[in-house]
Amino acid sequence: MVKDLLYYLIFPGFIFITIVGGLFSWADRKITAWFQFRKGPPLLQPFYDFFKLLLVKETILPARGSKLTFLMAPVLGLTGATISGVLILLPAFGLKPGFSGDIIVVFYMLTIPSLTYIIGALASGNPLASVGASREIKLIISYELTFLLIIAAIIFKAGMVIGLRDIIAAQLDQGAFIGSISGVLLFVAFTFCMQAKLGLVPFDMPEAETEITHGCFIEYSGSAYSFIKLTKYMMLFILPAFMCTVLLGGFRFDGIHLLWTVLKLIGVLLLITLLRNTNPRIRIDQAMRFFFIWMNLLVIAAIILSYFNL
Amino acid sequence: MFHFGGASCNNCDIEILDCLTPRYDIERFGMLLVGSIRHADVLLVNGSINRKDKPRLLEIYRQAPKPVFVVAVGACGCTGGIFAEGNTFAGPVDKIIPVDAYIPGCPPKPEAIIAGIVKLLNK
Repeated sequence: MVKDLLYYLIFPGFIFITIVGGLFSWADRKITAWFQFRKGPPLLQPFYDFFKLLLVKETILPARGSKLTFLMAPVLGLTGATISGVLILLPAFGLKPGFSGDIIVVFYMLTIPSLTYIIGALASGNPLASVGASREIKLIISYELTFLLIIAAIIFKAGMVIGLRDIIAAQLDQGAFIGSISGVLLFVAFTFCMQAKLGLVPFDMPEAETEITHGCFIEYSGSAYSFIKLTKYMMLFILPAFMCTVLLGGFRFDGIHLLWTVLKLIGVLLLITLLRNTNPRIRIDQAMRFFFIWMNLLVIAAIILSYFNL
Repeated sequence: MFHFGGASCNNCDIEILDCLTPRYDIERFGMLLVGSIRHADVLLVNGSINRKDKPRLLEIYRQAPKPVFVVAVGACGCTGGIFAEGNTFAGPVDKIIPVDAYIPGCPPKPEAIIAGIVKLLNK
């Protein structure tokens, strides 16, 4: 019981994911700065931001709109992110075997942060926030179907097993899923779904900074906003870890594979930052068309190819 | 940092924009320009304040979560500059909201803006 609590809260739980997520967020800002020929923020900047928002700033509650929902939404998002992170990392690090069907639970839990952004935005009573929330709703409808199809394709490739431990074992047998053509197609589709889920350009229209002045999060300040920022840091670590587990061959800690694990994670982060810096923000109807038509076709093609063991 | 542009000639806006560009990068101090006043710690006000701007500036200041630093940028922000004799002038910034730092200049060079913000941090 105590050991479980330790797993959920410390390693690889809340504190571990927070610290690594903060470092990933710093790396994202620093690499963005290097792309733009500037120097970026110092190393602990994401942590400075978090503690400043938590301890120093006051939290202003909206005058019109539900106060309790407004405050509870970031807490629920943080919970969803933590639980999904722990459920991914426990089998990935080999600490606990997980249970059969946990990939579906992880899929549900990964949706929760985005849903809480919507709930929080609609509870804030600001019309710009409702524009951001409506865009986030449309975006979720689009990419969640693709995400589910990708997970279905992965389950299919791993031989119809639905536990994360079994998917990792199947990759150890067959080689990482990305080695096949269908794996590459799945990797491309997963990358775009990840960009949309993380709320990064080209899919950051729900929280557009200059257009609708931070859309979903316009009314958040102080400790509520610090929880949202923390959720974002954690998702920046959890989603690449998820991708590494199900597509790139998982984490292994013996010998040279430790280096490969770290390089895999950093490579995915570099890919996210590269996409973030070289693309414009697209409109919501373009995003919906992109995910409904092209990405779904891509994943269905990957499923058909993997039926023929390609 | 949240930038509130009063009725200015926009030169100070351009110089503040220069601070975000690679040559005088302020993100290396961890500063970011944010779109919503509720996420901001520093309120940069430039330009002379009109009669129409005055209620808006008061509203923005009321919406900022305290503690917030207010920085008046440019000669117009500090004392009204060349617009001080005008008909629609409603007072320099410090008659409306409490100001923590003044950055004079018309327009202040980006180095002066950065020096002003660093002085504010050291206070």
